[in-house]
Amino acid sequence: MSITYLDAIRAAQEKALQDDPSVFIYGQDVGKFGGAFKATKNLAEKYPGRVIDSPISEDAMVGLAVGAAMEGMKPVVEMQFADFSTVGLNQMLNHAATTYWRTGRPCPMVLRLPSGGTPGSGPFHSQSMETIYSHYPGLVVMTPATVEDAYSMLLEAIGMEDPVVFCEHKLLYYHLKAEALPSEAGPAFRAHVARPGRDVTCVAYSAMVHEALAAAEELAGEGHEIEVVDLRTVKPLDTDTILASVARTGRLLAVGESWPWGGASAEVVARVASEGFELLDAPPQRLNAKDTPIPYHPNLWAAHRPTAVRIAAALREVLRY
Amino acid sequence: MLRARFAEDKLASLYRAGRIVGGVYLGRGQEALSAAGGVALRKGDVFAPLIRDMAGRLAFGEPLIDVMRTYLGSRLGPMKGRDGNIHRGDLARGILPMISHLGAMVSATAGVLLAKRMKKEKGSVGLTCLGDGATSTGSFHEGLNVAAVEKLPLVVVVADNAYAYSTPKDRQFACADLLDRAKGYGIEGEGVDGTDPEACLDVLGRAVQKAREGSGPQLVVGRLLRLCGHGEHDDGLYVEKDLKNSERGRDCLSVMEKMTQDRGMGKDWEKWKEAAHQEVEEAVKKASEEPVPDPFEEDWRATRTQGAAEAWVEE
Repeated sequence: MSITYLDAIRAAQEKALQDDPSVFIYGQDVGKFGGAFKATKNLAEKYPGRVIDSPISEDAMVGLAVGAAMEGMKPVVEMQFADFSTVGLNQMLNHAATTYWRTGRPCPMVLRLPSGGTPGSGPFHSQSMETIYSHYPGLVVMTPATVEDAYSMLLEAIGMEDPVVFCEHKLLYYHLKAEALPSEAGPAFRAHVARPGRDVTCVAYSAMVHEALAAAEELAGEGHEIEVVDLRTVKPLDTDTILASVARTGRLLAVGESWPWGGASAEVVARVASEGFELLDAPPQRLNAKDTPIPYHPNLWAAHRPTAVRIAAALREVLRY
Repeated sequence: MLRARFAEDKLASLYRAGRIVGGVYLGRGQEALSAAGGVALRKGDVFAPLIRDMAGRLAFGEPLIDVMRTYLGSRLGPMKGRDGNIHRGDLARGILPMISHLGAMVSATAGVLLAKRMKKEKGSVGLTCLGDGATSTGSFHEGLNVAAVEKLPLVVVVADNAYAYSTPKDRQFACADLLDRAKGYGIEGEGVDGTDPEACLDVLGRAVQKAREGSGPQLVVGRLLRLCGHGEHDDGLYVEKDLKNSERGRDCLSVMEKMTQDRGMGKDWEKWKEAAHQEVEEAVKKASEEPVPDPFEEDWRATRTQGAAEAWVEE
């Protein structure tokens, strides 16, 4: 039996509903319909009253979750697309994220964001929002790249006492498969070396991990060993694992699907430059999407985002220095 | 009402003396409406006040000392110096700490009530307050609409004081009466003269009772004026004279005083005034003597989960 990334997300929610009566799911069309991507398929029938359809009101969806979390529940809010979470940003950034700091009381909730580009999705159904959420204190921001992490990290997120932004990548939903759900979770807040190497450290997260792995495979054919680090969680950022990798390779390329101004890839470069300067044999580099809205046509889209081909080219530049 | 008025008068003079950290926003003239909400609630209910709800807070049971601790910067206050003044709250007491973004507390209060329903805690009511200006926000609309869809026991009290900061209400909305909006949400609503304490008690009592009995959200619109600026930095000169001199501009506290005199309770009123004065002075004195927040003792952590803090935070 093979399990997709999307199956894993559904299974994690089912397990959370099963194990903890304080968990409930709230979002547009998540009830009987099972969600726009079917991430909550059959859950409303199995857990009556705990998988609740919301109006098209992103602000109120998050606000309601904040109130429910203050009252001891553990809401899991599904945004139909990460892009639409901008409408609920105020409640997430100013309300959920400040509650623990201001009151000393936990605000345990998960905001699930179907994120990232897919062909033909265009400017408003393709965005990666981790940069904005990571900028604000008080939030944990997860970006799982594998089926196993999608399952175990979502369970971890639901069990946390802090608000978690869970960025799940739509491109991975159906294509990424595993043999079985993991019985053990990877270490919390730790990055993972997805492919060992000694020539360049390529830091990536979410769908970009797979592009980076494909680029590493291509460069292996040219005699270069690329180490791919999967951040898993972008906030908090596991600086230690990144620095340890750069200590082995002396070179860094940080890749992000989001826009180039700021963000996780910029943070990785900044930390390596300031804390690992003496480890570097070449200027640390980064690769992101182009600085335009995300294009609709697949031809344009494929050129807009970092792909294995573009990552391989950037890695060759880093190696050439 | 008396305690709220005297506490705020004191805060205003402390503000002018430079003793308050941050802004001071008063509820002068809105005490009757606010207090009536606090009185109508009981223990186990939820109250999400806004910036002009000192009276409602005290009526709901917020200790006066916590008020003064927050304004005077004592570290023993409920927010420990991390947030201040009107933003204070106490989740253990059911008082939600407001954020500045207007309308945001409507859905949060609805969320508390939804959680209570899911936990099978019956009979609790949530009450949140806002001004006429806040009804223009998307957050207000989304929150009240969700509460109506879920039929939650939520009372939304709008203090229609005719101005949002300096903007008169004809620049804020085009409907004749905010109460008309209730129909659009499919909920019940009732208007009240916000300067009349008895009427406020009556209407708020009824709204809370209806919500408690399962009639779904209730909208209450109190018509009144704020008898001060938006904050103590504002002289409020934009408020039209005719409006100030109208019935709407009455001071609810004077109405209350006359009411007590008419009922032969003039002596009681004087006694209450003296007791309120004394309580305010004592709270100010106590809070002034308490230690202030110490940046070296602050842990500077915005997250609670072990390991969730960034590397620059010492675990």
